[in-house]
This record gives sequence, C-alpha cells and structure tokens, in this order.
Amino acid sequence: MKDVAFGQYFPTKSFVHNMDARVKILGVIAYIVAVFLVKPFHFAGFLACFLFVILATAFSRVPFLKVMRSIKGILFFIILSAVLQLFFNTKGQVVFSWEFITITDNGLLNAGFIITRITLIVLGASLLTLTTSPVEISDGIESLLTPLKWIKFPVHEFALIMSIALRFIPTLLDETDRIIKAQKARGADFESGNVFKRAKALIPVLIPLLISSFRRADELSYAMDARCYSASKNRTKYKKAVLTYRDLVATIVVAGLITGVVFLNNVYFVLAVV
Amino acid sequence: MRIEVKDLTYSYGESKALSVRALDGVSLVVEEGEFLGIIGHTGSGKTTFVQHLNGLIKLKKNCGSIKIGDFELGDKKCDFKALRASLGMVFQYPEYQLFAETVYDDVAFGVKNFMPNLPEQTVREMVKDALFTVGVDYEKIKDKSPFELSGGQKRRVAIAGVIVTKPEVLVLDEPVAGLDPVGKREFIALLHRLKKEFVKTIILVSHDMNLVAENCTKTAVFEHGKIQAVGTPAQIFSDYERIKNLGLDLPVTAFLNRELEKAGKGVQNDLTVDGFIDSVCKKFRGGTL
Repeated sequence: MKDVAFGQYFPTKSFVHNMDARVKILGVIAYIVAVFLVKPFHFAGFLACFLFVILATAFSRVPFLKVMRSIKGILFFIILSAVLQLFFNTKGQVVFSWEFITITDNGLLNAGFIITRITLIVLGASLLTLTTSPVEISDGIESLLTPLKWIKFPVHEFALIMSIALRFIPTLLDETDRIIKAQKARGADFESGNVFKRAKALIPVLIPLLISSFRRADELSYAMDARCYSASKNRTKYKKAVLTYRDLVATIVVAGLITGVVFLNNVYFVLAVV
Repeated sequence: MRIEVKDLTYSYGESKALSVRALDGVSLVVEEGEFLGIIGHTGSGKTTFVQHLNGLIKLKKNCGSIKIGDFELGDKKCDFKALRASLGMVFQYPEYQLFAETVYDDVAFGVKNFMPNLPEQTVREMVKDALFTVGVDYEKIKDKSPFELSGGQKRRVAIAGVIVTKPEVLVLDEPVAGLDPVGKREFIALLHRLKKEFVKTIILVSHDMNLVAENCTKTAVFEHGKIQAVGTPAQIFSDYERIKNLGLDLPVTAFLNRELEKAGKGVQNDLTVDGFIDSVCKKFRGGTL
C-alpha cells in the first residue's frame, strides 16, 4: 500500500529545494508549455527539454533513479497511447504490414513523439513534488491564486482543503491497510474471483473507510473550532516565502529553455542533420 | 494447537538502506492452553509479530519458520483460510471494522467466508451463540445497524464476528484500549469465559501491565524486535531493574510489594489484586504495619 503515491517529497537541502514554491510551480507550467511548443518531429526541442530536466535533477540532489521511477505510475498510459498511434495512423509510407496490421513511418514517428512528450512532462512534474513539500505547494498555490480574491473566490479555504486532503493521504492508506488485514483475518478474500466478485469483496473495506474518514473530518473540524480557527484576513504565515537569487537564476534558465525550443522549432534542417 | 516460531525476522521497506528491522530473530513456543501476554513499548515489534501468526504478513524466504498446529506457514501450499478460521484475530479498536447493514450480517461475515456451504439455519445458530457469548441480546440487536450501537456494544459485536467460527487460538491486539474500568473488567471476564468454552490458547498484546500480570500464564517482553525475556509474570516482574530498563512499568501489586520490601515487610505475591490483598491481610492481621 505504501508505494502508491509517486513523486513523494524527498527531503534534503539543495538549490531546487530552497527555491520559492511559487517560482517552481510557474516554472513547471512554463516547462510543460515548452514541451508542448515542440513541433512534431523536431526532436532537438525535446533534447533541450531533456537537458533541462537533467540539469534541474542534478541541482535538486534527488537521485536520478528516483525521478525516473515516477514514470512507472503512468507506464500503462504511455504504452497505450503509443500503441494507438502505431496501429491507427495510416498516413505516410508503410514500413511494415501483416494481415490487418499496417505500420507507417508516420505512425512510428508519432508514437515516439508522444512517448517522449508524456515522459518529459511527468519527469518535470514529479521533480516539483519531489522537491517541494505539500505544505509549500499549497501555500504557493494560495499565493498565486490571490488575484482571484477580487472575484470573491475563497482562495485561502481552497488551499486549506487542498493541504488537508494531502495531509490525510498517508493516514487513510494506513487505515486501509489495517481494515484490509482485519477483514482478511475474518476470511475475506480479495485475490480470487472475477472482476465483479472482487469489486464486491471491497465493500467491507470501503464502508469502514468511508465512516472513519467522516469521523476524522468531524474530529478535525471540532478541533479547529475549539482553537477558534478562522480564515480571516489577519492570519499570518509562519514561513513567509521570499524570492532569492535562486529564483532569478531559475527564471532565466526556463526563459532560455522556451527561447531555445522556439528557435529549434524554426530550424527545419535540424532533423535532417541529426 | 501448538505454536512454534523460530528465528523470525522481518524488515519494513524494500531497499536495504532504508529498511527498518521490525523483528530480529524472534523464537517463541506457545503451548496449547497457555494464556500468553506480550508486552513491550510502542514500536517494539509486538503487532508485527502477531500479524505473522495468521499470515497477514507473509513469511519471507530465509526469514525463519512458523508452525501452528499442522500449518507450516512458510509452505506454499499452506491453507491460510483454514488457518484463519482456527486462529482468530481481534485488532485494536475492532469496532472500526464493522461494515454490514445489520449486526446479524456482520457477525455472519466470517462464517460465510470460512464455511460457504453451511445451511442458513446453522449459520443462525452460530451467530446466536457468538452474540450470546459476548453478552448481547440476540433478538434485540440482530436487525439493528451496527452503527447505531453504543461504543461498548460495537466492540462486543465486532468480537462476536471473530469468535463466531469458534477459533482454537485467539490473538488480541490491545483489546482493552479505550474501555472504561467496568468495560475492562467485563472484557477480561469474557476472555476467561471463552477460554473455558472453546478457545484453547489466548495471545494478548497489551501495554497494560496489570492486565498481563493478573491474567496471563506466560509473558514475553519485546524490545527492538527481539524477545528480551520469557517467563511467568511473577518471574518477569520480580526483576524491577530489568523492567525499568525496558521502559516498562510494574503492575500495581508488584509496585506495592516492592515498597513493602523496601521497608523490610514484603509479602507473598502472586500479582493478582485479590491474592495480594489476602496476603497483606494475613501478614498484618491486627492492623499494624
């Protein structure tokens, strides 16, 4: 049960860890935009993005394998979209044909393109969650959403809901583990039978889990009330985020990345040369 | 069923660098008919140990052996379902595992899992028996939702759901946590009743030294994933220094007797409250210490 959440915070001290969460969030968004900016088959643009990820990983002091492992969680999704491209893309020259299967060069290129794109996005995004604690992320999002207060959007409450939800993921995983064990001890069987039987077998786990999360929600809200919690304007933060030279450097690097991608997009001969 | 654990080792976490050794070469024999108390402070490996006993935590290769009656837990052909039917396990706060629409369905859950082909009539008799044993009124409660019940009743119903298959061995993890003194006393009475009826061996994990001293025939002390001492409660609690070093407390009778001993007036002590009061009364007849 423990290894469900990928990209869990990796606590250490590093250049990337010490950056302002807001800059990291915006940086990742900009990075994803850069990945999408790469025009089909201009793989040199991807090379630039990949270099960027490697650079960021090196400066984050997170083991490279740990970052790569985040792909495992969506491997099925990656393979599925690649397979769809391979078999259902009929444009371009046929390179392989057998019975009803035809694979075209265009399909091959597209599959490679999509695999690279998804992988790069996941690597970048998991680098964010690996180097930023959940609290920092929700504080950062709260700060970034501040303009929405103008249209009366409850920004602080939104961030609070988010951080509470994140906070309870490990607790609920533990709880699930315990209830599964308790029902197994009473002879429940989660491993055999068809899909419907297995889904039905989960009821004795889901109902106690649901009830206990309601109970926890009740307890938490009473505890917060008892300490007079309110999301008023006067609330201050224990840790105030401040921009440092690191954030400036990172911004410049990301800007450089986007410029690079746009530049490489317009150099038509790159693929030919490579 | 005789329980024989040899050199059991278990580590949490996959990679070697990050793993935590929860059990480190634990060997223990529990004879049929014993009432074993497992003590030790939080994180000493008690719960991990007992969860091995019915295969909830799978025994890994080269990590020791567990034999329970005829069940060889390291064996691939081991029938865990049959094992779990005869080795019941009550978890901490068992009331949190209730799920069914009615009390009847919840208690019958175990029966239907372990013995799927029993006629409904037999199932009903078993549920009735189990609820009677834990001391709730079958007719009054069977069609109620388990979530309408009071805390104490919920726990009884949850325990009925475990003992309904009449297990030979009963393992309880912190069973009295969160019970008031009266509830605690009733619960202990229930354990002794069960032991007279069909449960042959009881293994009790607890922080409560009084509970262990008063009821168990044998005690095992866990610390850092190892068994530090095994013996009768009298043997274990007579060595005050050792108990203190293990971060544990003395049961109240042992504590009082120690104070008396310091004054040179110790009494014969079997660690039960009644026995202690008796021997104090005998020794100090006449009313002066």
